[in-house]
Amino acid sequence: MQSETKSHVDRVTSPSGFPVAVLRFEGDIASTSKDAVLGTYQGLPKESTKLILLDFTRVDYINSSGIALVIQLLIEASHTGQTVCAFGLSPHFTKVFTMVGITKYSRLYPNEAEALAAL
Amino acid sequence: MTESKSTTVEVRLPTRMGYEKVAMSTAASVAKLMGFPEDRVEDLKTAVAEACINAIEHGNRLNEKLSVGVVLSAGADSLEVKVIDDGTGISKQPPRPDIDRKMHGEEDARGMGMFLIQALVDEAEWVAGSDGKSSYVRLVIKLDKNSD
Repeated sequence: MQSETKSHVDRVTSPSGFPVAVLRFEGDIASTSKDAVLGTYQGLPKESTKLILLDFTRVDYINSSGIALVIQLLIEASHTGQTVCAFGLSPHFTKVFTMVGITKYSRLYPNEAEALAAL
Repeated sequence: MTESKSTTVEVRLPTRMGYEKVAMSTAASVAKLMGFPEDRVEDLKTAVAEACINAIEHGNRLNEKLSVGVVLSAGADSLEVKVIDDGTGISKQPPRPDIDRKMHGEEDARGMGMFLIQALVDEAEWVAGSDGKSSYVRLVIKLDKNSD
């Protein structure tokens, strides 16, 4: 019943010239999204991936279990010195992410251009 | 004397993850018909989703022989949603989630559902069933939050 979470990684360069890994998600993010969220992140080479963007532009629905997966990703990233930011959340989910405190550990941007410009 | 009329919509969901989306859509449709603005509709959808997930996962313990009842009562200036399961209810409210503790591994990353429910609706009440089942959570959103 839940829309399967699709994910893939794009490699881009920020305007400042830094390499950035963009994790793009699509569909629902819920308890069944562990492989798509954490699995995709864990597949990144940690030594050479220091800047990561999470793209939620094509995510329709995130529940608290999905938010917990994002938090687990942030926890793992913090252990390896990676910076993680996110963009593309709807105003509602931007509010929800702020409510649970994610913005204390990951900045949110309205779109990819603004996210890249900040890196 | 003016009688206030209410309209009731009932949905019965299978105890299966993912079906909370049916309740979300139904609640959103009723709220839009009542004239709630888009941001409140989104708040309600998330709160209803979390309540249904709790009912499916914790109340009914993923037992597919059971179902989750969702009763929406549209009043003149408020919408009440009851999500009913066959669990015994919660014994105590979990502590407010703490992102710092989660990030430092001192608290499970999960466990934010009840917090989100309380933060997104105007009233939230958890009621344990008197017979050891038929527990429910009652959510209310008000058309005019200042009209108490």
